[in-house]
Amino acid sequence: MILGPHVDFIVAAYAVTVFVVVALMAWVILDYLAQRRILGDLEERGVTRHSGRAGKVER
Amino acid sequence: MSAFTALLARDMRIAIRVGGGALMGALFFLIVVTMMPFAIGPDLALLARIGPAILWLGALLASLLALDRLFATDHDDGSLDLLMMGRMPLELAIAAKGIAHWLTTGLPLVLITPVLGLMLNVELGAMGWVSLTLLAGTPALTFIGLIGAALSVALRRGGLLLAVLVLPLTIPVLIFGVAAANAAIVGPAPFGPPFTILCALSLASFVLGPIAAAAALRHGLE
Amino acid sequence: MAVIDLANPTRFLAVVNRVLPWLMAATILAFAFGLARVMYAPDDYQQGATVKIMFLHVPAAWLGMMGWGVMTVAALGTLVWRHPLADVAGKAAAPIGAAFTFICLVTGSLWGRPMWGTYWVWDARLTSVLVLFLLYLGVLALYWTAEDPGRGSRAAAILALVGAVNIPIIKFSVEWWNTLHQPASIIRSGGSAIDPSILMPLLIMAGAFTLLFFTLHLAAMRNEILRRRVRSMRLMQASRA
Repeated sequence: MILGPHVDFIVAAYAVTVFVVVALMAWVILDYLAQRRILGDLEERGVTRHSGRAGKVER
Repeated sequence: MSAFTALLARDMRIAIRVGGGALMGALFFLIVVTMMPFAIGPDLALLARIGPAILWLGALLASLLALDRLFATDHDDGSLDLLMMGRMPLELAIAAKGIAHWLTTGLPLVLITPVLGLMLNVELGAMGWVSLTLLAGTPALTFIGLIGAALSVALRRGGLLLAVLVLPLTIPVLIFGVAAANAAIVGPAPFGPPFTILCALSLASFVLGPIAAAAALRHGLE
Repeated sequence: MAVIDLANPTRFLAVVNRVLPWLMAATILAFAFGLARVMYAPDDYQQGATVKIMFLHVPAAWLGMMGWGVMTVAALGTLVWRHPLADVAGKAAAPIGAAFTFICLVTGSLWGRPMWGTYWVWDARLTSVLVLFLLYLGVLALYWTAEDPGRGSRAAAILALVGAVNIPIIKFSVEWWNTLHQPASIIRSGGSAIDPSILMPLLIMAGAFTLLFFTLHLAAMRNEILRRRVRSMRLMQASRA
């Protein structure tokens, strides 16, 4: 595969795309881990979602 | 007097009295246009060429920034709740408020445009055309801006959020407004097509703006 | 399991947990396959090897627009049916759509430099993608400023619908304003203008990016559901304390 005289631009375009996609994936994964951790903490402390008010809309 | 005209008259009275924002938009417009030559230099030939664009951009910013408090004051004193509970459809009430707002801030902009045009070295004959495009286009800005005003009052945020939400939506108005003004002044493209599209944008936003703004208020303030 | 069961966030989470690994695997496979085809794709006789940027640029543009489509559908779900899952879908789609629109802009700019001699030209398509990006930023700003997630979702839903009406108008007016760009060449009457040796990898890459979009979207929706659970649990805790 020969990329010719504009190899910098091609590599830069792929690098930017990879960077943005990796950033998105990192955001999704780290956010997931963080939410799971907080949920675990809350459950450990005995907080539940359905205490008292039975008809509460779940969000 | 019907509820519609009563609301129209009330909003205009509030805008005109002491503390109202009626002339603030025109004043802001004057200042923005005065700043322009400081930024780009006092070259009269250049100013004459980009004069219509400066006038349009100034009018765009002035009419949007003035929208900030449109629903917020009514929300603060509770009259917005009355409007939402009233028998008049909320869309109609918002249209009345929009018309009142345009008459007190949009129309003054159009009226002082010829004076500012003189300062920008736009020809006197051409000034009428630029004013005409602003007369046709500023209602679109007001009624698109209504949506942003309703959204920002529903979120209890104002100011810059409104501009961020609304400015991209006003790009077509700006494009056809400046194009019509330039067509009238320098040509060679005909004046008709961009001007009629500008009128179409105004009419369409006159319908869609109040509907979307009413939806934003209903969903936001429940 | 009926489709209607998906409406329940808990069941939805269970389905996402089951589906997500398969979607991830499919995405990776599609990208491996697509990138292999891209490597062996011939150069364009005019644009040389820079045509390789197209395999990123064009799918990113499609997905940037599709993101707004997802938000529009979700907005209808939010406003008409008041469905919490639609709120979540709309909120999760916004940053992903914005990211793909950003990729489209940057790769387009990097493609423009060798081809047109400048990073940015105010031509019709670049400009309308830029406006789309600004609209996305507006939606993100709205979510960012809203304190109450439900209120923010409804406001964003209205903005998404207003944008959906406006995007074609903006596109039309920007094109009217400046038509320098080459005309649409992939979908037009009388068959495709692109040679199959380039079109096939492009379509495979578009498929791979679409899979990536939905993988990220489902994962982000799962995060958002969990975030709302955390919020409601904290509110519960605060009201009891």
